[in-house]
Amino acid sequence: MNTLEKRLLNDFQRNLPPSPTPFADMAGELGVTEEEVISGLRTLTERGVVSRVGPVFRPQRCGASSLVAMTVPEARLEAVAELVNAFPGVNHNYEREHRLNLWFVVTADTREHLQALLQHIEQQTGLATLPLPMQTEYHIDLGFPLQWD
Amino acid sequence: MGLTARDQQLVAAIQGGLPLVSRPFAEIGARIGLSENETIERIQALLADGTIKRLGVVVRHHELGYRANAMTVWNIPDDQVDELGRRIGGVNFVTLCYRRPRHLPDWPYNLFSMIHGQNRAAVLHNIEHLIERCGLKAIQHEVLFSRRRFKQCGAHYIDAPPHQPVVARMHSPSEGQA
Repeated sequence: MNTLEKRLLNDFQRNLPPSPTPFADMAGELGVTEEEVISGLRTLTERGVVSRVGPVFRPQRCGASSLVAMTVPEARLEAVAELVNAFPGVNHNYEREHRLNLWFVVTADTREHLQALLQHIEQQTGLATLPLPMQTEYHIDLGFPLQWD
Repeated sequence: MGLTARDQQLVAAIQGGLPLVSRPFAEIGARIGLSENETIERIQALLADGTIKRLGVVVRHHELGYRANAMTVWNIPDDQVDELGRRIGGVNFVTLCYRRPRHLPDWPYNLFSMIHGQNRAAVLHNIEHLIERCGLKAIQHEVLFSRRRFKQCGAHYIDAPPHQPVVARMHSPSEGQA
């Protein structure tokens, strides 16, 4: 990671100038050319360390969504995770170190559909689901400070 | 969601990222029939009302070497949860901070925070720091490190119109955890 790349990653997580020429403005701050900024961002995107240059939205208030936890016997964990992943609307599915060892997020257009989806998962796995929907968000998204060794 | 049809089009056009060209807002505007100025004004309005939390470079923690993350859950008295939630949510290495319902007796925790670090030790160090800084010594908590990532494909904010298919994108763990 060269110096320009480090600064592109760290210095503009929340302050891309909403001007007609944001990359030229960034170049001015960094003391490089607009082409260097654009090609640097393209390279970082191609390498997968940048997901995108753009907006981060406030979590969606429409529709219904919930974090869901399950206690799955170790031997069945992969199979259950695969079964859960196959449902549309399931994202962010992780194994975690806890008795409740499978954690995923489900989204649906209504609460009823969300409920029905969880019932399907319970019927197909024979395991209980613990829905933990968001009630209040406290996080202020300032971007993420990076540390370089 | 309170967005006009025009704003929904705009959100759909920018949610996958701005084009990396000299005049990105002109190009976005051209796709949805807005001038460059109008596009910038609408984006500024969405930033001002909080629909857009930030506009900038969205990094993938995992790919940058931040391999460890722990969902840290807290059992906070109901009358303190708003204040402590805001304190925890304002710390820079915390990437999510949500209040969620308890499920007693199995699950007493009502505040969820996501803590990232380059490794397990760094995450634990950050949690110690958080306890110190936010006055959480008396608060029961548990740390749930992630093991396997079975799926990490964030939901899109708005579905694109049918003529503009959306390619599923991998999102960083800080996003979309409802």
